Amino acid sequence: MFMEKKKSHKLDVIIIAGMVAIGFLILAVVLLTQKEGETVIVEVAGAPVASFPLTEERTYIIEGKNGGTNTLMIKDGCAWIGDASCPDGLCKHMGKIHDSSHSIICLPNEVVVRISGGEDADIDATIH
Amino acid sequence: MKTSNVAKYGLLIALAMVLSYVESLVPVFFAVPGMKLGLTNVVVLFALYAIDEKSAIVINIIRILLVGFMFGNGMSILYSLAGGLLSGIVMILLKRFTPLQIVTVSIAGGIAHNLGQILVAMLLLQTKAIAWYLIVLWFTGIGAGIVVGVISGEIVKRLSK
Repeated sequence: MFMEKKKSHKLDVIIIAGMVAIGFLILAVVLLTQKEGETVIVEVAGAPVASFPLTEERTYIIEGKNGGTNTLMIKDGCAWIGDASCPDGLCKHMGKIHDSSHSIICLPNEVVVRISGGEDADIDATIH
Repeated sequence: MKTSNVAKYGLLIALAMVLSYVESLVPVFFAVPGMKLGLTNVVVLFALYAIDEKSAIVINIIRILLVGFMFGNGMSILYSLAGGLLSGIVMILLKRFTPLQIVTVSIAGGIAHNLGQILVAMLLLQTKAIAWYLIVLWFTGIGAGIVVGVISGEIVKRLSK
């Protein structure tokens, strides 16, 4: 049944190469458009709740959805989650971020921490 | 439904559930949370190639629901369904309309699975800040697809004789 289909592998090679190429294309686009970040933006359920300059050392407790919390740490130009109430704690393992293509996401608490470049100011509230 | 099919479905769903469970025991060891090899896709691919399209869909959905109810929650079911259904549809279409090999079908399914999950995450979180995950998941989708595709190909070749 499955063997009858075995003809040339040429199409397979082309398709697989194409899929790998698309991956590299996305990679190139992201690398070319990413900016060194200046501002850390915290979003809960899609709405920005706070933003901080990446240059200032800070610890901030994010109140996520369903009463969950994530502790945001900012130090030495990097942002990361130091502690979290979510069961899996995956956000703690997402590492330190410092440019606009990276983000930290906590699905249970619906928290997104992302980095914004200098110019875009799509922020509603800023806490200092 | 024929009795032999009842037995086959039961066997394959049980196998898929065991594989899901085994995979959930493997710790996350990569840059993106929740990343898995997708061994259960071996079962889906086997059903698709050795039985029929309907069996692949039914086994996939029942497996996701059962595993979700046992080990997950509403959210994880939603993610699994988005990934599983998108990948299932892509693989069925490729198998039906193209002469592509099982490995290629599996790779496309792997990518589709990850895209489905990213789309759900984007919708739920209302965010576009996922560029980096998209890249990582794209390539891991290809990698996992190759592994799963080769395993499935060998199994189909041996078992469907």
